[in-house]
Amino acid sequence: MARPIRVLVAKLGLDAHTIGVTVVAKAMRDAGMEVIYSGLKQTPEMVAATAIQEDVDVVGLSSLSAAHMRHFPRVVELLREQGASDKLVIGGGVIPEEDAEDLKRGGVAEVFTMGAETGDIVAYIEQWWTSRTA
Amino acid sequence: MDEPNRLGARPETRPASPAHSEAKSSEGRQAGVARRSPAELAERALEGEQSAGARLIRLLENQERDGIEGLKALYPHGGRAHIVGITGPPGAGKSTLVDALIAEWRRRERRVAVIAVDPSSPFSGGAILGDRVRMQRHATDPGVFIRSMATRGQLGGLARTSFEASAVLDAMGYDVILVETVGVGQDELDVVELAHTTAVVNVPGLGDDIQAIKAGILEVGDLFILNKADRPGADETEKQLRLMLHLREGEERDAGFEPPLLRTVAPRGDGIVEVVDACTAHYEHLSTTGGIERKTAVRGHRFLVELVRELASEAVFARAAAGELAQLVDDVRARRTDPYSAAERLVAAMLKPS
Ligand SMILES: Nc1nc2c(ncn2[C@@H]2O[C@H](COP(=O)(O)OP(=O)(O)OP(=O)(O)O)[C@@H](O)[C@H]2O)c(=O)[nH]1
Ligand SMILES: [Mg+2]
Repeated sequence: MARPIRVLVAKLGLDAHTIGVTVVAKAMRDAGMEVIYSGLKQTPEMVAATAIQEDVDVVGLSSLSAAHMRHFPRVVELLREQGASDKLVIGGGVIPEEDAEDLKRGGVAEVFTMGAETGDIVAYIEQWWTSRTA
Repeated sequence: MDEPNRLGARPETRPASPAHSEAKSSEGRQAGVARRSPAELAERALEGEQSAGARLIRLLENQERDGIEGLKALYPHGGRAHIVGITGPPGAGKSTLVDALIAEWRRRERRVAVIAVDPSSPFSGGAILGDRVRMQRHATDPGVFIRSMATRGQLGGLARTSFEASAVLDAMGYDVILVETVGVGQDELDVVELAHTTAVVNVPGLGDDIQAIKAGILEVGDLFILNKADRPGADETEKQLRLMLHLREGEERDAGFEPPLLRTVAPRGDGIVEVVDACTAHYEHLSTTGGIERKTAVRGHRFLVELVRELASEAVFARAAAGELAQLVDDVRARRTDPYSAAERLVAAMLKPS
């Protein structure tokens, strides 16, 4: 029996652009992953609670504003506090290089900026999964 | 990746690995669910810890031995939850209704769990599970537990392990378990065997479609919801539904319980109090007429029969001597034998005392 990778895809922040996350979610599905989409305007608390209830392996965060990107590390922190630091947290959006470095220091495993292909994101997750279960 | 222990695999004696003894140490909550034993997960799930329940459901979904051991430990503690199925055509507003129903049951101080099912892609096996988007205002309420499930090839409107998931949530002490099926047409009605109360959602303007769905879905509902009652055509659709419900009288599943037809506008919460009242009334009706036992027996029968089927077929393939299956396939191909004779030989080999 296959054991699909489960991924939570959530948008933090106030913008209502869903095209990017929808494309990424479809690519993940087409790679055999189960994608839980929890929608727009999510807070770090909502994301952490959802990740735990859904027992996902990966949390994919998206934001188009620098302000809300700052919340990515908060998700990492909440997951750690709740004993769920085994989950991979990755981020995407319009993110300047130096911010990406900050986010990584905050525990976000990888940051995909606008130039990234959906295939890169899928490949990254698959590689992480293989190395984790090896 | 190591092969998961399947349902049919022989129970393994689990050595007390360092990881397990560590998880038993005092700071278990910090240690995370990843390293907990099934017994420990079950114990914490019984205390209501969401991460433990979630992990058990995941293990069961993946048919891993640890999940099954956990379920065995939990099972005796279940049987108190009111399981309510919400079914109906795609886009009828099922998730929006579930969201509103959670709010109303929470107002009544009930703890609520949700199993929201969406289909797996037959091509990739992946899925996009989007039901919970409409329920996210409850995400951080500790009295609410929402779990999205992909069908994983199961027909019938539920996921492969919805029965298992509901058993876990039941044992965790949720008072109400809402089960949203995939958007269904007519005969995908497994939810009826899982739920105590099945609510069938319709919307205005189905017109001729009502004819199409009446065959299956209208016969099984314990209550009927006409959602999107703010839309044109609600009166006409209600008239048609009433006519059809009238026709089904006399073949009632729960004698003495008249299935109500209720109008709702889910995003506004209109009619939701009445739906919760009707669900409660139905459950009370079941309680006073032996219906709970009857439903539990139906569910148990279904659950058991499916497991036996699964375990038996796994055992057959596990016992088949190496190459035997391939040999038989080749025999069938060459018409030296037929598929029935070949299958009978495999099964007979298992039934032989070893
Ligand atoms: N006008 C109106 N729109 C509604 C009502 N209830 C739900 N909707 C809308 O109908 C659309 C579908 O709602 P969902 O709750 O996702 O429907 P669903 O049955 O869960 O859909 P699937 O799970 O995809 O089968 C959404 O845009 C809702 O906002 C209602 O009572 N009135
Ligand atoms: Mg839905």
